[in-house]
Amino acid sequence: MVSKNGLTHGINLDALNRKQQAMDINNETICLETDALNLFYAEKQALSDISIRLPEKRVSAFIGPSGCGKSTLLRCFNRMNDLVDTCRIEGNILLSGENIHDKKIDVANLRRRVGMVFQKPNPFPKSIYENVAYGLRLQGVKNRRLIDERVEKSLKSAALWEEVKDRLHDSALGLSGGQQQRLVIARAIAIEPEVLLLDEPASALDPISTLKIEELIHELKNNYTIVIVTHNMQQAARVSDYTAFMYLGELIEFGDTDRIFTNPRKKQTEDYITGRYG
Amino acid sequence: MIRDWFKSGTPWIWLNAAAVSASLIIVLGLLALIAVRGLGHFWPADVMQAQYTVPGSSAVTVIGELTDTESVSLEDLHSAGYTLKTDKLRVDRHLIKTGNRDVIGSDFRWLLEAYLSDVSYPQNIIALERREWGNFYGYLKTIKEDGKVVAEGDASWSELEQRLERVLDIFEQIREIEKGAIGDVNYAIEDLRLERRRLELGGEDTPENLKALVVKRQQFQKEYEVLQIQLNELYRIINRDSLTAEVMDGRVIDISLAKLVRIYRPNDLSVLGKVGFYFVRLWEFVSDEPREANTEGGIFPAIFGTVMMVLIMSMMVTPFGVIAAVYLREYAKQGPVTRTIRIAVNNLAGVPSIVYGVFGLGFFVYFLGGNIDHLFYPEALPAPTFGTPGILWSSLTLAILTVPVVIVATEEGLSRIPRAIREGSLALGATKAETLWRTIIPMATPAMMTGMILAIARAAGEVAPLMLVGVVKLAPSLPLDGNAPFLHLDRKFMHLGFHIYDVGFQSPNVEAARPLVYATALLLVVVIIILNLAAIYIRNRLREQYKGMES
Repeated sequence: MVSKNGLTHGINLDALNRKQQAMDINNETICLETDALNLFYAEKQALSDISIRLPEKRVSAFIGPSGCGKSTLLRCFNRMNDLVDTCRIEGNILLSGENIHDKKIDVANLRRRVGMVFQKPNPFPKSIYENVAYGLRLQGVKNRRLIDERVEKSLKSAALWEEVKDRLHDSALGLSGGQQQRLVIARAIAIEPEVLLLDEPASALDPISTLKIEELIHELKNNYTIVIVTHNMQQAARVSDYTAFMYLGELIEFGDTDRIFTNPRKKQTEDYITGRYG
Repeated sequence: MIRDWFKSGTPWIWLNAAAVSASLIIVLGLLALIAVRGLGHFWPADVMQAQYTVPGSSAVTVIGELTDTESVSLEDLHSAGYTLKTDKLRVDRHLIKTGNRDVIGSDFRWLLEAYLSDVSYPQNIIALERREWGNFYGYLKTIKEDGKVVAEGDASWSELEQRLERVLDIFEQIREIEKGAIGDVNYAIEDLRLERRRLELGGEDTPENLKALVVKRQQFQKEYEVLQIQLNELYRIINRDSLTAEVMDGRVIDISLAKLVRIYRPNDLSVLGKVGFYFVRLWEFVSDEPREANTEGGIFPAIFGTVMMVLIMSMMVTPFGVIAAVYLREYAKQGPVTRTIRIAVNNLAGVPSIVYGVFGLGFFVYFLGGNIDHLFYPEALPAPTFGTPGILWSSLTLAILTVPVVIVATEEGLSRIPRAIREGSLALGATKAETLWRTIIPMATPAMMTGMILAIARAAGEVAPLMLVGVVKLAPSLPLDGNAPFLHLDRKFMHLGFHIYDVGFQSPNVEAARPLVYATALLLVVVIIILNLAAIYIRNRLREQYKGMES
């Protein structure tokens, strides 16, 4: 088999043992879409003219140096930036064709459809069970059996069930960092969102926990559209189907991961993935 | 060398340690002082008998408890008219509690050591604690029943003990009837009077309605008469027995047993007996009502009033302060306005408490209370119900006084909750209010409890404003009792802090009151500590739940 890797210093995709095939964005159903998106923090522009289309039930990765706006872009998709008083957004963001800034859209409802997992595990100071059930309780689910089932299913999907099934009612704060992060993922998928946003989900974890999270992402892809922000290019190459490279608030290049890592079209992308800067 | 020593930081450690030690010593010393002075009061001291001979006049016998000794300079004595032949510059003088205020005119006397002679501690001296006129010290002569002598000499002590038991039993019954049954009937009759007035004011005073009231009233009147007859009978039998005893100057007086609280022979008590006696008196102090212008008996109503006032206060201040803090921190737009409000709140904590008292009197008592009376209690007017100082207004005034503490502590707690937790909740589709109620508020409860603890500590020690808005020297009834509606927020109450003022400054009997000032102060400290410990216990249990979350 001929190596796809045409780069001299880049990432050896073959060595990563990827399961993905080459993909074409034009054959995909588009889940999330932005159109000429500009974002300002007070006077400072953080994102400029971003137009990107993210496919359904695929993993899309955002890579780029620190402060390039990856996380900011990610937080646009569930309107987390609304929490920042000085933040101003221009342009459209569409979720399955619906403008998420439309007046008819209820933010809480949007966030139910677009789940998010943060860089640092942030379980609530409640039991493991209550953490997972939190979203369901918010929706007013009272049926105990239904909640039990969902909690078990979510914890199983998050590959945490076996480790915690005997102590569901212990405090979630007693779990290890990796377990906490999987718990937070379980919490997010318990309400069955359409999209799962992962903001550097493994950056605070040790390699073994990181591996588990990556395997988990691979599993979750079958049911959810996943957008992941990562610093780690190997990780992006391992888990993602599509990769976007961002630099200084601009989207430099977006395409299927194989191509981005083997045959980038832009000089900046190549420089970044070959480690010349960043 | 020295420079190295300074650089090592050792001097700072010593300085800090010294500051901590000094503070500790001051606090412990303060507690020890009030504890020793206060608790010593309840110890049954030996009663001495001595000859006191002032040159130029004949010797007199003195009987009493030695309560204090101090040394005075000869010069002062000379200028006071004493001539003392001694080459010492200072001489001792003793404060003797002679009791028998009804016979001698005063309870205490200063005696010069030099003039005292033949000091002895006779076994058969008796001490009587009485309901009025303070203690009696002297020798028991006879026991009388209906004026006829039934026991004399040595036999009379055991006879007295027996008969006193009977008298105390009857006294208890009298008290039950007076405070309990008759109090209830009076309360009910007063209720009927107000009911009648209410009907009149409402124009519903139809003959049927009035008749029903009259019937009820007659019923109560009958009950009252029955009780009165019982009471008269009890009063007759309680006054059956009396005793005669010799006072130190040789006079023999007659004392009705009905006037006695407790009798003992101090010089005859073993150490164990004294210890037992000590605890009996200590218990009386914390569980009984005051007698003789608050200088004798217990201070239970004051303890009760203090605790209840603080509890009502914290029940009002905590929700109020928490809600204000939540708005200020979570909802209000942070800017110059919130900053100003925050500064104002912090400054409120520095306003002298008497100012709050004046405010409470003007606003709560006269304005709010007056209007409440006009709206809801017109039948009682012109006698005010809420338009007069009472425990509700005291609690409210102190709640205003302490609300800044709760706001500041709660805000502190809210601001310490990591942003990640809020975002985590919002990302699951929670609204801001849901996030607050399900996650943020529960996590901030320990901080709110801290605010409440500080508020309690501040409020329990505050006296000045209370004097304007509800505290009295002697409250006839507790703010909580068996008459519906059980909780009487309009009543005046007693307070330990004010009790200290009252006993210390207003007492006619300075020497008797002084140890009580210490004892009450000690009790106030103990009550505050208990209230605080209770709150701290609750807070720590809450904190356990959120362990590891505070960063």
